[in-house]
Amino acid sequence: MSVTVTINGVARDIEPGLKLQDLLQQLELGSGPVAVEVNGEIVPRSEHPRHPLQAMDKIEIVQAIGGG
Amino acid sequence: MATKTDKALEIAGKTYQSRLIIGSGKYQDFEQNKDALEASGAEMITVAIRRVNLGQDKGEPSLLEVISPEDTTILPNTAGCYTADDAVRTCRMARELLGGHSLVKLEVLGDEKTLYPNVTETLSAAETLVEDGFHVMVYTSDDPLIAKRLEEIGCVAVMPLGAPIGSGLGIRNPYNIRMILENATVPIIVDAGVGTASDASIAMELGCDGVLMNTAIAEAQDPVLMASAMKKAVESGREAYLAGRMPRRLYASASSPIDGTFF
Repeated sequence: MSVTVTINGVARDIEPGLKLQDLLQQLELGSGPVAVEVNGEIVPRSEHPRHPLQAMDKIEIVQAIGGG
Repeated sequence: MATKTDKALEIAGKTYQSRLIIGSGKYQDFEQNKDALEASGAEMITVAIRRVNLGQDKGEPSLLEVISPEDTTILPNTAGCYTADDAVRTCRMARELLGGHSLVKLEVLGDEKTLYPNVTETLSAAETLVEDGFHVMVYTSDDPLIAKRLEEIGCVAVMPLGAPIGSGLGIRNPYNIRMILENATVPIIVDAGVGTASDASIAMELGCDGVLMNTAIAEAQDPVLMASAMKKAVESGREAYLAGRMPRRLYASASSPIDGTFF
């Protein structure tokens, strides 16, 4: 059984109740820091290990890139 | 040797020896950006906040690993935002990303072609951000009344454009920049419009506290050499401002004495 969430605009199936930190690990992101919003609210880094994800969650993961 | 000592630039309680702020966009790669940063002597660099590329970043170094926040002040921007809400949201993400860092460059754009600031949205975003504890360096038009209003809201630096972003047209309205300077009690930094070293000098000769540029360095044929030129231009413009230029005269004024001529 899985539920669908949206990550950076793309639908993805995850196991229900997956913790945000585990999702970030599964995504194998680059090594730099990221910031995460779930449904428009920032989830502070200290909450990542505890924050459970649910069906329909809209997740935004951002990083710093070059810009002027 | 300089005879007049300058006070260091102070922004949000931190002092900077360099009055040049550079960007991190449009460079060939991180290495070139890092070399340009070093050549420029800048102690502050802007970054943008964007979605991570899922599945494409494995093993890729991050900008913040190449340019260390410990050595260089990172100035996250709100580039690409067209509403106050998007800009505020971006600043909050940046603060989370950078571990509570509250210094941001606010820019709310009004139009894709000119990238001119949307001043009403900028004012609204500035109010929200200052209330939320951010230290806001704000990109704005060269309107002296708006610049003053942004200062009154509590922005830590006001950054009028010299010309449109990425245009390289130079300081198009030095008289407005002078009016902004006359009324200012926070640092005034020309942001956008600089195309080459003399433009940076002109901004500094007017009495600006600093210059922020990205494209002028990144799009030069040799960005690292241009970064070095900009460092000197900002320094010499500052010294010329402190030295106080001679008055302009319509007619000549001989430099050699008339007395003692033997012909």
